[in-house]
Amino acid sequence: MAEQTFDVLVIGGGPGGYVAAIRAAQLGLKTAVAEEKHLGGICLNWGCIPTKALLRSAEIYHYMNHADAYGLSAKGVDFDLAKVVQRSRGVSKQLNGGVGHLLKKNKVTVLDGRARLLGGGKAKVSKDGKDDTVSAKHIILATGARPRALPGLEADGKLVWSYFEAMVPEKMPKSLLVIGTGAIGVEFASFFRTMGAEVTMVEVLPQILPVEDAEIAAFARKQFEKQGIKVMSEAMVTKLDKKADSVTATIEDKAGKSQQITVDRVISAVGVVGNVEDIGLENTKVKHDRGVIEVDGLGRTAERGVYAIGDVAGPPMLAHKAEHEGVICIEAIAGIKNVHPMNKQHIPGCTYCHPQIASVGLTEAKAKEKGFDVKIGRFPFIGNGKAIALGESEGLVKTIFDAKTGELLGAHMVGAEVTELIQGFVVAMGLETTEEDLMHTVFPHPTLSEMMHESVLGAYGRAIHI
Amino acid sequence: MPTKILMPALSPTMTEGKLATWQKKEGDTIEAGDVIAEIETDKATMEVEAVDEGTLGKIVVPAGTDAVAVNSVIGIILDEGEDASALDDIDTGAATAPDPAPPPDPTPAPATPTAASAAAPAAPGVPTDGKRIIASPLAKRIAANEGLDLSAVSGSGPHGRIIKRDVEAALASGGAKAPAADSQSAAAPAASAPAPQIDDSTLPPFEDLPNSSMRKVIAKRLSESKQSVPHFYLTVDCELDNLLALRKELNSRSDDYKISVNDFVIRAAAITLGKVPGANAMWAGDSIKRFNRADISVAVSIPDGLITPVIRDAGSKGLIAISNEMKELAAKAREGKLMPEEYQGGTMSVSNLGMYGIKNFSAIINPPQGCILAVGAGEQRPVVKDGALAVATVMSVTLAVDHRVIDGALGAEYLAAFKPLIEDPVNMLL
Repeated sequence: MAEQTFDVLVIGGGPGGYVAAIRAAQLGLKTAVAEEKHLGGICLNWGCIPTKALLRSAEIYHYMNHADAYGLSAKGVDFDLAKVVQRSRGVSKQLNGGVGHLLKKNKVTVLDGRARLLGGGKAKVSKDGKDDTVSAKHIILATGARPRALPGLEADGKLVWSYFEAMVPEKMPKSLLVIGTGAIGVEFASFFRTMGAEVTMVEVLPQILPVEDAEIAAFARKQFEKQGIKVMSEAMVTKLDKKADSVTATIEDKAGKSQQITVDRVISAVGVVGNVEDIGLENTKVKHDRGVIEVDGLGRTAERGVYAIGDVAGPPMLAHKAEHEGVICIEAIAGIKNVHPMNKQHIPGCTYCHPQIASVGLTEAKAKEKGFDVKIGRFPFIGNGKAIALGESEGLVKTIFDAKTGELLGAHMVGAEVTELIQGFVVAMGLETTEEDLMHTVFPHPTLSEMMHESVLGAYGRAIHI
Repeated sequence: MPTKILMPALSPTMTEGKLATWQKKEGDTIEAGDVIAEIETDKATMEVEAVDEGTLGKIVVPAGTDAVAVNSVIGIILDEGEDASALDDIDTGAATAPDPAPPPDPTPAPATPTAASAAAPAAPGVPTDGKRIIASPLAKRIAANEGLDLSAVSGSGPHGRIIKRDVEAALASGGAKAPAADSQSAAAPAASAPAPQIDDSTLPPFEDLPNSSMRKVIAKRLSESKQSVPHFYLTVDCELDNLLALRKELNSRSDDYKISVNDFVIRAAAITLGKVPGANAMWAGDSIKRFNRADISVAVSIPDGLITPVIRDAGSKGLIAISNEMKELAAKAREGKLMPEEYQGGTMSVSNLGMYGIKNFSAIINPPQGCILAVGAGEQRPVVKDGALAVATVMSVTLAVDHRVIDGALGAEYLAAFKPLIEDPVNMLL
């Protein structure tokens, strides 16, 4: 077969890669995307999307179990785990097919196989022992990330799970230990707890959800504990003793005191690490360190014509950050004017545990650390009519302003549906509104979004409903 | 209904001014077109004419008030038949700026229009000349806090919107910035140069002379320029004998004009900018603005300070035209009657101290321009010609250059093109 030539070759078909490929095609560039496993990447197949399907089942199950709170009765409420998992897989499959369709519609060539850089604008795409060489003026690495494996805590696929196994349980574990309390850890903890498992979470830092605002994390922790999740912070799992169908974990606290707990299964959720191995980086000048490829604000690596976006280009490792980086990278390649590096402070983060957590910008601690004189607004769900009507009166909306300029530095929320609310603050931040513009914005009544307004008013001592 | 008299914006960049005098008293009848007050702006005194007729019901801002924000209410006109009770409903605190900025703080707003609640902080974004400045609210807020004039900032956001990044860049590059104003002083006049700490008790007897608006602007702009613009200086000597002879010849032809050496210098400076267009430029943060017309600002000394009326497109004007225009502008300058459009927006400045016998000096760049030509006296000096000592009338000129815009070689190129025009002025008649 003749060597194929493209303007742009994207290596990796996850949310960063396929979005970059579509944007490139829109701009008239001849584009290919090489994907080894599934279009849509981890996000769509083993991450964001299927977990949301699982959590939706858990949420409905929770409501059915609490039907009487709404004057309803539901008897014999139960679940069929296989069907819950099947639904989740079905959702992924549907979207995976959707990505293939989108790429086809945009005339992006999909190369099935693992791509490795050969240097000099060439890459080899291998599948089942067959190799094809492709050349491209611009090659974008979008190889994503995989679960981090800590020595002694590595997932084995049977007793110790990574998110891959945790997503497709064959039977509901009676007890579960979750190591790590980032987004992945707390989402699984929340799912399995709602479905009836005894759940223990262990976090090495003093704060669970370490990237979130301390006040929000503390609020969430209280809610988790109320639901019966056991939370151990400043604690470390030092040893896992595997039995036939259970694991005994040794957990050491900050004082060095050890205790052991025995659980059916363990989920290792200690973060993810970029995929930089076996993609041919050694044939280029691309620099990388601990799983992160060094790039500038437009995704350019140390090798001319080679770019990196998404998880493999560094944190925050979020699908929406990868997508946006992909677009910026392509637009810069295409010579579009006025392309600017993304402001990473404006990237929102969402966690879909119960209660949900959503945030953007600086935490209170970070803002103070940076020397801002801050004004802080807080508004609790209990003061909001819609929240009470929904039966969701536990939650908090917190806003942080620069007292000097009125710049919205951060917004942090915990409670029902906050993952759908945060975008209001993200737009506000992106457009550089001040407190004044937010105060003058009309928020519809009755909605949860009114709490966003109240929180802003509260930062300036003007909240109405509290 | 009573009509508010608003503090007018006399130029696109004006955010505040001094209400110098009232020409009418409360109770006086006013016809449309009457001069009711005089406003002292950055550089000139302007008359405020009444647009409406009626009776001057109330003077809100007394004569002599400094730093009155544009668009704040300075007085109120009553319609025929209205009496003073109609004034009770008038809120004199709120300016009727197109996008009035409410006080950011919930504390009660002071009633005086110059205080924190006035539109001053919002003024940089207010369309004072009908042209809207597209800027993010945050960019406007920071600009207001820092006393930055947004009309001089170019936007890098979508559709040229000015965003925080641009304002920060402008501030970093020493845009029209006031010294470290904290948020509380943002509403105060942002246009003063830093006041040194002076212990009065250590001084000999003295008189405190309050600074005029012009003095404050000179202090602020030139401090900024000298502190933030990387100046360098290039000097060249020009023999003047041919020019003096030509001048004498031209002036002998008619009594209708009297061309000065400086008129030649203005024309030569402008023609040279045409020949070396890279020097006709201005630093603008993200870009360099290069002009395709040479508008020469000429420093004129006036009793209270100095002002730089502009000879527009001086390269295309003849010596007589330049000379006559300069005389007219200088006369207006001395009377404080220059209109803003007559002293704003030059692309390069000329400052001449030759008449005081100054041999040579270095001038401070008139921001945001890229260079200024300092002209010394024409005097007889020994020169070496063809290896022999001779006497020639020589004038030294020193070009002060903003290195961000113009590098050394380009500045030298400018002077190399300037010198032959002066030394053989027939060249500039061609």
